[in-house]
Amino acid sequence: MFAFLVRRLLQSIVVMLVVGLVAFSLFNFVGDPIHNMVGQEATTEQREELREQLGLNDPFPLQFARFVANAAQGEFGISYRMARPVDVVIAERLPATLELAFVSAFFALFLGVSAGVYAALNRYGWTSRLVMTISLIGVSLPTFLIGILLIWIFAVQLQWLPSFGRGDVVQVGAWRTGFLTESGLRALILPAITLGLFQLTLIMRLVRAEMLEVLRTDYIKFARARGLSNRAINFGHALKNTLVPVITITGLQLGSIIAFAIITETVFQWPGVGLLFIIAIQFVDIPVMAAYLMLIALFFVVINLIVDLLYYAVDPRLRVEAGSARAH
Amino acid sequence: MKVKAVMFGLLVGTALTGMQFDASAETLRFASQSDALTLDPHAQNEGPTITMAQQIYDPLVIRADDMTVRPGLAVSWEAMEPTVWEFKLREGVSFHDGSAFTAEDAAFSLDRARVPPSDYRNYVSSIEEVSVVDEHTLRITTQAPNPILPQQLTNIVIMSKAWAEEHGVEQTQNYAEGEENHAVRNANGTGAFRLESREPDVRTVLVRNDDYWDRENLPMEVERVVSTPVSSSATRVAALLSGELDLILYPPVQDLRRLEQSSDIAVKNTPENRTIFLGLNQGADDLESDSVEGENPLADKRVREAINLAIDVDAIQRVVMRGQSVPAGSISPTYITGYKESFDERPPHDQERAKELLAEAGYEEGFEIDFACPNDRYNNDEAICQAIVGMLGQVGIDANLNAQTRSLHFQQLQNGELDFYMLGWGVPTFDSEYIFNFLYHTRDGNRGSWNFTGFSSERMDELVEGMAGETDLDARNALLDAAWEIALDDLTYVPLHHEVLNWAMRSNVDIPIRADNSPRFASVTFK
Amino acid sequence: MSVPGRNSPTSVARHPAERAGRPPSALARLRDSDLWYSFTRSPITVISALIVLLFFLGALFAPWIAPYNPFDPASLNLMDGFTPPMGEAFSGNSYLLGTDDQGRDVLSAILYGARISLFVGFCAVLFAMVLGISLGLLAGYKGGWIDSLIMRIADVQLSFPAILVALLIFGVARATLPRSFQEDMVIYVLIVAIGLSDWVQYARTVRGTTMVEKNKEYVQAARVIGVHPMLIMLRHVLPNVMGPVLVIATIGLALAIIAEATLSFLGVGVPPTTPSLGTLIRIGNDYLFSGEWWITLFPGLALILLALSVNLLGDWLRDALNPKLR
Repeated sequence: MFAFLVRRLLQSIVVMLVVGLVAFSLFNFVGDPIHNMVGQEATTEQREELREQLGLNDPFPLQFARFVANAAQGEFGISYRMARPVDVVIAERLPATLELAFVSAFFALFLGVSAGVYAALNRYGWTSRLVMTISLIGVSLPTFLIGILLIWIFAVQLQWLPSFGRGDVVQVGAWRTGFLTESGLRALILPAITLGLFQLTLIMRLVRAEMLEVLRTDYIKFARARGLSNRAINFGHALKNTLVPVITITGLQLGSIIAFAIITETVFQWPGVGLLFIIAIQFVDIPVMAAYLMLIALFFVVINLIVDLLYYAVDPRLRVEAGSARAH
Repeated sequence: MKVKAVMFGLLVGTALTGMQFDASAETLRFASQSDALTLDPHAQNEGPTITMAQQIYDPLVIRADDMTVRPGLAVSWEAMEPTVWEFKLREGVSFHDGSAFTAEDAAFSLDRARVPPSDYRNYVSSIEEVSVVDEHTLRITTQAPNPILPQQLTNIVIMSKAWAEEHGVEQTQNYAEGEENHAVRNANGTGAFRLESREPDVRTVLVRNDDYWDRENLPMEVERVVSTPVSSSATRVAALLSGELDLILYPPVQDLRRLEQSSDIAVKNTPENRTIFLGLNQGADDLESDSVEGENPLADKRVREAINLAIDVDAIQRVVMRGQSVPAGSISPTYITGYKESFDERPPHDQERAKELLAEAGYEEGFEIDFACPNDRYNNDEAICQAIVGMLGQVGIDANLNAQTRSLHFQQLQNGELDFYMLGWGVPTFDSEYIFNFLYHTRDGNRGSWNFTGFSSERMDELVEGMAGETDLDARNALLDAAWEIALDDLTYVPLHHEVLNWAMRSNVDIPIRADNSPRFASVTFK
Repeated sequence: MSVPGRNSPTSVARHPAERAGRPPSALARLRDSDLWYSFTRSPITVISALIVLLFFLGALFAPWIAPYNPFDPASLNLMDGFTPPMGEAFSGNSYLLGTDDQGRDVLSAILYGARISLFVGFCAVLFAMVLGISLGLLAGYKGGWIDSLIMRIADVQLSFPAILVALLIFGVARATLPRSFQEDMVIYVLIVAIGLSDWVQYARTVRGTTMVEKNKEYVQAARVIGVHPMLIMLRHVLPNVMGPVLVIATIGLALAIIAEATLSFLGVGVPPTTPSLGTLIRIGNDYLFSGEWWITLFPGLALILLALSVNLLGDWLRDALNPKLR
């Protein structure tokens, strides 16, 4: 167990370093940091002096080490666009994205598992086929179209739900939450559905496929032969065994939900890090781009670690060959 | 389609009925397309930033809703000598923190605003010295006679000196270098609203200042203002229609008819103090951004004329702007001193003549050129530019459109990277001098700072410098006329149209529309 | 229709005629294959295939069948802008699906737009496929640290959604390429961005098969007689993974088309002077509330129909090639 943990941790650090290298290259080669800091009237000497001050003339490994050290403390410099420290801006925006991501993940998981189980148990019923067809439409509908459609129906035509923003927020310590006000909760509904729909269809199809697989196995047949009730077989055995890969995928998808929020946040003007990132791309605001990249990588690494541990806890077989096993 | 949508909605939404939107009568929910860049009132001379600053801070002289000049923190002013002004300041005014407003604060603020890195120093560059005579008297000495000093002062708001010193913000925030100071996110003014909370780019909440010195003369019905920038105009309109917002700026022109038809919405419009035009780099010997080697087609006046004739501004007005623009013959907004209707006449659209002129200039085959546009600054800017690309194509000029966000557009413009570009110019001083000073004077590091055309004329420079010191109105008007003649004859810029300003609001809200597109929330009334 | 045809080698092994020793004609082999049988038995699949074919032909021959050239700004008549479907335009021209804000014929714009969408989609898939297969072969054959490196990169990248990777590459391209160059390059940047974001699955599939094959005797034998083993791998591994790769590619095509539309919708893709389906939807979105629904609706429907059909084909292909799921 300990060796497994250490190995995973080391791997994670390597991953972070690789992503850090990409972010660092963005910083130093894509945008000329000097050009963005001084006006065009600055003399060559002023530029050279600033280069020296910032250590841009140091050897590459030294510069990279400094970048990593700063990044580890969350320092990514000043946003070109907003003239504010990037870490502060991201910290302000992160709660909005996390709340949205968690609500959509929950929504996707809950509905996805229910619908998937239903579709597997009634695999020849027409409702099951309908669910599967609709799920395919869900995969084929671009997120932004879903968002526009939902706004058009529920905000403009029916006027039930707000079309943009986060509603009223409450400051709880350093966290600004929309969970505690009515307008905050209402504002969550449409973006959460938009963001969760793709994952929902994914989870549903996965649960169905896994469940069908498990239902075919011998021990299920044996359980049936023993005369266990359908209910006990389906939910006690089959579903439980289906959940292992589902946990993995959902866990891994959480990272991608956070990143996918870019589109949803743009459509709904949701004030999270995704909207920040897309504006940064348009403005070529490199510090924000680099910081966002590192942030998503960090999420990925942390989520992966947690999933590995969960996996380890759920599936005893893995303890034998711990470490080499992954979802697929 | 709609019936189905409703059915679908009914299915999903039954749990939610009964939760209708209900605006609290005293809160004004306001959205523009972008947020104030900073709350430091002297750091950025930019529309949304000014709008926010003017709610919280007051200037000495106020530009009222009808654009006339009224006493603000100064009750009266007088030119004692051509270069010496004396301002009597209002008594009994206090800042939001309770401290009293005195001449020291005014002098401090003017000094703060007229040195770098203040972005407002152009307005007050004529000031030589500001001195305090007594607690409520201020004396301003200018380098040369400056008849429009009071107008210029409408743009400079007054901060508390003690507050600034306490928080170390005696100097304006250096926005370009990414500096952040206490005044960027905090404010202490004398204005009708005090700052309650601010999340940049997300939400700013203002609350009414019940001790406001001018509360007798203003409705002051709004208790709270919630300002949320909504960059997508479709979202802004959707939110207004669904009752999530009370007042929006820049409703897209295509949505106006629908908004007007809705009984819940009122739309107000007025010609805006801003003209949209195209800038052409005539100064360079050769352009990097065109297909012509070794010469600059834009340096030939016939080419500029051809471009002017090729563009059908009436069609743009009719289709792209849906009537919400006034075709322009010069780049002068209609409100300002020096404007004449005869200057604003435009030769009719004439493709044949445009082709002839191009042929005369030696470009029968046309040429290729990069054409830069902002896509989030002016009403339908990108669509206008697309239409222009088509119209230029019809006379043989192959324009490659590069439409991008305003900050990149203006950054590239100021770096001198653009040879053919769209620009809009508003005139906050309501005087032609502001146009000539920035857009026509030779670019010399001081004046002509937005003249990226390379246009340079000694006569024009003389006229511009003459305008600054001329106190005799008739003589000054003659200078303006002469400058306009030169400007129009050169066709330095190809004028497109004067913008028409629209504000859309819930029908229970009323606010006088301002030609500077900067609403004053203290003027809002509720029905 | 290339999908079943290209796929026939995988099912041919089960063909009775081959077992009997006489090689049947390709057409007969196709007609007798399981794949063809399952294809004809699924009306939804047939319809999907027809729709994809229609889009493909429409896009390919757009310059000949489109009533107008929407990419030539000089041919547009601004006064015809916002003509509703079948409505009468200012100039007297008629437009079946109406016009957009610039007087561009929506039908022609969809045909030309689908051309861009499909071109970007196919090239991105091809790019991802070549890259993925090469890296998969390399990783599976060489093993060791090369394998670990490639697969670690794959793991990392898989956790980043394609759209984010594509956005980043796009951002980098924007900042590095000279500006005048960007407009011409934007389509290739899109292809690389989308392609690079989607190679992992090919690599994983190919790597797995390669690892199994490389220890077989014929590879050892080939090494002995001096043939480069990589060549052998290519010859023997590829046919084995053709089925899964085809499935990945088909679904990848749908994903690539949606990715392109999304990027263009976010305003970082194809410029409005040469609109793709995503750009058209972005433009039309501004006019949705003002009643000019056709500018968004028709390109939106076209996009959904195209992506859905490709997805349905991919879905069917996966089921048909994986008898366990049937």
